[in-house]
Amino acid sequence: MTATAPAPAARRGLDKKAVDKRAFNKKAVIPWLFLAPGLLLALVFKFWPMAKGIWLSFFDVRPFLGDQWIGLDNYERVLSDHRFQDAIGHTLILGIGQSFGAILLGFALALLLEGQARSLKILRTAVFLPAVTATAVVGELWRLMYYPTSDGLLNSGLHLLGLGPVQFLDNPDLALYSTMAMGIWIWAPYNMVILLAGLAGVDRSLYEAAAMDGVSLWQRLRWVTLPAIRPALMIVLTLATIRGLRVFTEVYVLTGGGPAGSTDVWMTRAYTLGFTRNDIGGASAASVVLLCVTLLLTVMVNHLRKRGEAR
Amino acid sequence: MSAPVIDPVRPAAPDTPAGRSTKAQRTTPARFDTALGWNDKPGVAWTLRILLCLIALAVFAAPFLTIFSGAFTTNPSGSSLSFLPHDSTLLNFKVAGERGIWDYLGNSLVIAGGGLLLQLVVCTLAAYALARHRFRGQALIMMLFMMTLMLPEEVIAIPLSLVLGDVPVVHLDLKGTVWGVILPLGAWGFSVMMLTEFMKDIPAEIEEAARLDGVGELRMLWQIILPLCRPALGVAGVLGFIMIWDQYLLPLIASKDPTDYTVTVALSILRTDPEVGSGVVLAGAVIALIPSLIVYLLLQRSLVTGIAAGATKG
Repeated sequence: MTATAPAPAARRGLDKKAVDKRAFNKKAVIPWLFLAPGLLLALVFKFWPMAKGIWLSFFDVRPFLGDQWIGLDNYERVLSDHRFQDAIGHTLILGIGQSFGAILLGFALALLLEGQARSLKILRTAVFLPAVTATAVVGELWRLMYYPTSDGLLNSGLHLLGLGPVQFLDNPDLALYSTMAMGIWIWAPYNMVILLAGLAGVDRSLYEAAAMDGVSLWQRLRWVTLPAIRPALMIVLTLATIRGLRVFTEVYVLTGGGPAGSTDVWMTRAYTLGFTRNDIGGASAASVVLLCVTLLLTVMVNHLRKRGEAR
Repeated sequence: MSAPVIDPVRPAAPDTPAGRSTKAQRTTPARFDTALGWNDKPGVAWTLRILLCLIALAVFAAPFLTIFSGAFTTNPSGSSLSFLPHDSTLLNFKVAGERGIWDYLGNSLVIAGGGLLLQLVVCTLAAYALARHRFRGQALIMMLFMMTLMLPEEVIAIPLSLVLGDVPVVHLDLKGTVWGVILPLGAWGFSVMMLTEFMKDIPAEIEEAARLDGVGELRMLWQIILPLCRPALGVAGVLGFIMIWDQYLLPLIASKDPTDYTVTVALSILRTDPEVGSGVVLAGAVIALIPSLIVYLLLQRSLVTGIAAGATKG
């Protein structure tokens, strides 16, 4: 807050106290007037629902009959439900696989497309397309690419290689990984942009010095580039972690959790529970669990990041 | 964010306008410009790079061509999906139109326009207070806005749908109205953070001089601060639009019946309609794709800058 100017009258020292006090009163109200719309909207549509969700998670919610306090029963029910347990596994596999896949591919893309030539800028624009396209559109696109008969887009490619048609989305063993591939495809270009910003900040004279010392390209990457883009990598990792846990739209539009629940993640499960089966209490409990884990992870990653930066 | 427009691929040189390389940079041999030391001389590395670039293009951009080619092809299925349409037709769009795709697009445009406008106004006002005023509880308010980023629609979807059906105190039912989607998008922590950071960097002297001239708060914001924030507003606008257009769960839970859907959500209706083929779905996808494509191509510079700057500010 370096920008706040001292009141001019106060600086002149005339009747300092009185002016200060009046200025203070007026000044105290003004910021709140500017903040009011934002705070009101955040309160009504973010914090109130959050509080309500936590509250409802302790109830058996029965429309028209009145809610009944049941303590931690919802949590117990959700956590011991095997479909939710499976969903935890899927969420972890999908989140971790998708995050690391997208970071690795994003890094590779950043290394490949780093540079100032105009053609590279155009390439970057094109490669970034998946990240700006609405997830629902991407879902439709991938559903067609995954078309299960041999004349599907990917399957016709496999056909050329002499491989049989693959049931990307209909095979319970494969559907989760097919979803993961789409997630990597969406998020790799996004990570690329952040990592490119990191790469741009690397001191060029270090590369020169490394070359003079005669180090190999691999060593240069490992000991010069990677340490320099550590902050960017940490940001990408933080974003990916939070995103991975609450993954919903990708799965919902591509597989809807199927086949046979093989791609059901935590949020699609909670959605089904809340909206299709009308079990508001259970769905709220599931959301609260997710919220707690997200907050915990965010705090943890931030802590690690700060420690890493201080070192 | 002292230099508002940073090309992420260029070393940040604070004193030089971005977009122009300085002499010092130019004298550095090209092989030290990039981490992998790419150079423009034809050779093995150069050929490899072109090859890899082509693969990247095929993987990330080419699939979009299938959306377009499929949308303009009569009854595409499987093998007829290719990168170029074989017998082009507008029939798919006609069928999609009969299924109400233009109404869905209308919903989307109203929501995107209204939501973005509200978001920009609300976030600008909040950012102005946070950046240019000092008041009690400032850190707490900042934290609250930061927390909205950690409360994504997914996590609060179920209670939010109840709140939208019966807004506390005023007891309005927002379901089935565009307000149900627009209002929850108003306070977006990301824009508040970014605009606050940007406004903090405006020199205090400018504000002081204006205050001596007797400029009030609203005029200060509108005539002094906002014109200086144009780059940041551009970033907030593009990112906000892309974010709103990508919304899926919110329009879904805020709707009363399918006619309230946005065009992206409505794609699922087209898909599950047994009477239409994938060509019609793709026609819908094209219609859902074009607005974000236009915004992106027109303003991609500020988008990329914003992601990079917003992320590094983190």
